[in-house]
Amino acid sequence: METTDREARWQGKRPQPWPIRLTHWANVPLLLLMAGSGLEIFAAYPRLGPRGGLYAWYPWQGVPPPAWAQFGDWLAGGRHWHFALGWLLVLNGVVYLSYMALRGEWRRRLFLPQRDIRDAVLMLVYYLRLRRVAPAHDLYNGLQRLAYSAVILLVLVEVLSGLAIYKPVQLWWLGWCFGGYDGARVVHLAGLGLLAVFTVAHLGMVLLHPRTILTMLTGGKHA
Amino acid sequence: MPKPLMTRRQFVTLAATGTVLATGQTASAQSGFLHWMGRWNERVERLLFRADRLGAELPPAATTPVDAFPSYFISKTMPVAPDGWVLKVGGRVARPRTFSVEQLQHMARTDMRVRHHCVEGWSAVAAWHGVRLRDVAEAVGADPQAPYVEFRSFDAGYWSSWDRESALHRQTLLAYGMNGTPLAPNHGAPVRLYSAVKLGYKMVKYVTEVNFLSERTGGYWEDQGYEWFGGV
Repeated sequence: METTDREARWQGKRPQPWPIRLTHWANVPLLLLMAGSGLEIFAAYPRLGPRGGLYAWYPWQGVPPPAWAQFGDWLAGGRHWHFALGWLLVLNGVVYLSYMALRGEWRRRLFLPQRDIRDAVLMLVYYLRLRRVAPAHDLYNGLQRLAYSAVILLVLVEVLSGLAIYKPVQLWWLGWCFGGYDGARVVHLAGLGLLAVFTVAHLGMVLLHPRTILTMLTGGKHA
Repeated sequence: MPKPLMTRRQFVTLAATGTVLATGQTASAQSGFLHWMGRWNERVERLLFRADRLGAELPPAATTPVDAFPSYFISKTMPVAPDGWVLKVGGRVARPRTFSVEQLQHMARTDMRVRHHCVEGWSAVAAWHGVRLRDVAEAVGADPQAPYVEFRSFDAGYWSSWDRESALHRQTLLAYGMNGTPLAPNHGAPVRLYSAVKLGYKMVKYVTEVNFLSERTGGYWEDQGYEWFGGV
């Protein structure tokens, strides 16, 4: 009964409807340029911790990001780009999340622990080659849902920690959530690192399943 | 007297813009999209600003060791106050006048220990001692309709201009002391602007003039492409 319900819900729907594709591909230039302009800003003070109290646990104090990874020519340019594109990134996220909420797409995309945790574990076991066959799944498996949901949260944390750094006095309560101004800088940079890890893993998985690129370009066949 | 083609200020602005465009360093900042978004961001910044929102007062233990608190000036050598230094307060004020350090020190003193936020990303903490700019504004009868305040210095012409609301914030001081001692030359002696609600480059050191203005002007870094509002 549940299965037929689920099938009926997605009857006639493409795996990747155009709003999903649009917002997905918009992320590519937006995240790249946000990372580049962010690293341009970071290069002005490539340290973590306040003056006179650098965090001892951070091993790369004073090591600037490579020049090729920086975008915006100089600090003021990097800031202008970062604060301009940040709005587009937020707008893109709002469109994406609204679409998912209004069209019920979240049901087949987001990680719902009760439904997906078993599948995610089985998938992990499969990837670790401890299991011969992958568990059956529809659009996404549990591990995919976990990764995609986590990355939405991650971008949200990036936006919030970024705002905390941007307005440490006016938005002091945001800064407080991240352990103050210098804490928010740590979270913001660590978030970039995690986004990079996600992107590498995502690209790796896409290369292993090249048909998904086509689906994300054309929308795929109607269910 | 014939009407000049342009005022001195217009000429200076034009020349500065020309220089900026010619160097190309900030050409990207002048392009349509970034310019438009910059204007948008400034509106958001001004909307976020609340006059009653204070930078957190921090305990003495939070103070940054004084030699770890960065300082800079744009002159080739450390700017030294000219003999007979006084602070000139003018523009749209009822009673333009000058203040000596002693006169400022006789006014109501404010002490605050707050976090400093540099545009580069670092933060540091110091205690600052001085007069609230709003008290000085009151003493000279600053026109409540003047929406901008400009600060000039003897550091090779370093300057900045602010929105009135931030300038009259209760944590915006004309500071003559830091960490319990008179302001050191590298931190802007004899008097510097200090505020909990602006980025470091907005806080002019070695102040010579405070002008209440009708028109918004620029600043040393602002004219090169840094944000004009620069609030935190």
